[in-house]
Amino acid sequence: MDLKLAIELGVIGLTFFMLINASALLVLAERKIMGFMQQRYGPYLVGPHGALQPLADILKLLFKEELRPKGADKWLFTLAPILSVTAAFAAFATVPWGAETTLFGLLDTPIKLGVADVNVGLLVIFAITSMGVYGIVLAGWSSNSKYSLFGGLRASAQMISYELSYATSLAAVVLLAGSLSVREIVDSQQGTWLGFLSHWWIFVQPVGFIIYAIAGVAETNRAPFDFPEAEQELVAGYNTEYSSVRFALFPQAEYINMATMSAVASDLYLGGWHGLLPFYTPLDPLIEQYGLGWMVFLAKVSGFLFFYIWMRWTLPRYRYDQLMSFGWKFLLPVSVVNLILTAAGWLYFNA
Amino acid sequence: MPEMLVFYTFSAVAILASAFVIGQRNPMYSVLLLVLSFAAVAGLFIQLDAPFLALALMIVYAGAIMVLFLFVVMLLNAPQEDALTWDRAHPLRHPVVTRFGTVLAVFLIVELGYALMRGNDLAQPIGSRASGEVVSSVRELGRVLFTDYIFAFEATSILILVAMVGAVMLARREGEQS
Amino acid sequence: MVPLSHYLIVSAVLFALGAAGVFLRRNLITILLSIEIMLNAVNLTFVAFGRFAGDVDGQIITFFVMTVAAAEAAVGLALVIALFRHRESLNPDTFTNLKW
Repeated sequence: MDLKLAIELGVIGLTFFMLINASALLVLAERKIMGFMQQRYGPYLVGPHGALQPLADILKLLFKEELRPKGADKWLFTLAPILSVTAAFAAFATVPWGAETTLFGLLDTPIKLGVADVNVGLLVIFAITSMGVYGIVLAGWSSNSKYSLFGGLRASAQMISYELSYATSLAAVVLLAGSLSVREIVDSQQGTWLGFLSHWWIFVQPVGFIIYAIAGVAETNRAPFDFPEAEQELVAGYNTEYSSVRFALFPQAEYINMATMSAVASDLYLGGWHGLLPFYTPLDPLIEQYGLGWMVFLAKVSGFLFFYIWMRWTLPRYRYDQLMSFGWKFLLPVSVVNLILTAAGWLYFNA
Repeated sequence: MPEMLVFYTFSAVAILASAFVIGQRNPMYSVLLLVLSFAAVAGLFIQLDAPFLALALMIVYAGAIMVLFLFVVMLLNAPQEDALTWDRAHPLRHPVVTRFGTVLAVFLIVELGYALMRGNDLAQPIGSRASGEVVSSVRELGRVLFTDYIFAFEATSILILVAMVGAVMLARREGEQS
Repeated sequence: MVPLSHYLIVSAVLFALGAAGVFLRRNLITILLSIEIMLNAVNLTFVAFGRFAGDVDGQIITFFVMTVAAAEAAVGLALVIALFRHRESLNPDTFTNLKW
């Protein structure tokens, strides 16, 4: 096994490891940020300033009793969280998180930092994210309980509705960048405009970015679109009857989906690993030279995730019919008009 | 050799999953097995240098149409077929059907074997007319779709509109106003 | 490269399975699923022939087949819902009278 293959396998393992750690850290981050926004400290006792709280949470969940309702479908009850989590992890496969690097001269040919680089990478992310709907639908159905069924149906209908605006806003960026491969879209954001503004697509597509952010939040069933799993509304929605490990997989899938959405947003609109700040800084050539793009990417993803958590604890929740009418009657027409205007502008400036 | 292995794996999964789809009594399991079959066929498409089509298959069929099927199965609480009546009234127990079906099946298998034995098989694209790069590129697909097949494209969009209106009209309860 | 005949055999078997499902199953939803299996098999045939002829035409036709299948599934399921509301049964044998 030559060195390059070993390092590529190591990159894949590192990506998977990073995702699992991300879900654990997001549990902690959400509770701490929620605490600070509500003018209190979050978890404080476990570990220094509550840093080991996710460990306590996971241990508690692992030691709970594994229940299965009597009428629950034997296979589908266990399959549903597995499907959710598998789709969540697999969607990160074509998300690149760093530039090509030779690891400081260790390798002869550079390797790409990311699990895979397919020339239709963006569609892979989209296809696997739409597989995540099955996990929720099956969870709702197989629990054999009214609350779960309604929660599952509503959550999946919401996810499908917002997938359309999600895809259309992505199509506008694909048009601008000229490729479906996420790595090429990021590389098209190198350099600057007018000498000082970073060549990020958000400056050409501000409306598209907002549409993408809203659709991404709705896709992952996060507030303010989390009606199907809100505690006050449907007990706990589709995961009412779940306990212990099967339950733990659902929030994990949700956090990984959040991380994927943030990663795709920073890759497509915020420049990925090019350009630390929205304007040119003298640090940028240094970052390119020393291969520290992945730290820039990490900073942008973390910023976006903070924005996610901030939105959850600031905004009130949408009611379900308001949510659906917003998705179909407002967001979809706006994203289609955005695509048409982008195509017209691109044709005008490039004809 | 790895190519053939991948091909056999995907084909076996597709055929087995489809066989279970038609052999399952629970419609929920049938739908999920069909999703598995679509995933296997998408793998075969990727092997045929059509990655965009494979992902479009997953997004459209497995991501949208099968979810629609799942919704209908759940909303109607589709009952399983009753096992006893199924066994008693099964068409394969009908003598005429069985004989005719067997004759037809034997005929088709003999014909398939003859076609395979003739040896006019293609192992490479004809004259290497287009490499995998050209056929799998999305740009080429879009170019042909929007120039040569533009009429079919526009007609399909009207078809989808008609289907959408029709589905809404058919599924509403009687006596319901707008 | 995998020879063309292999793809055609897989497609033929899938089509036969779908046809068998349409004839043998007594549940409207499973009949619709078998129709989808048949359409899937046809898609595979088109793409295989398209690849071996060196064109993208096979893939284009498959696009249109997928779109038509989506439209047909939507309308078919709406019909199933309307029929179920009327007779509370998904067995096509209960719909043999010409009276509604």
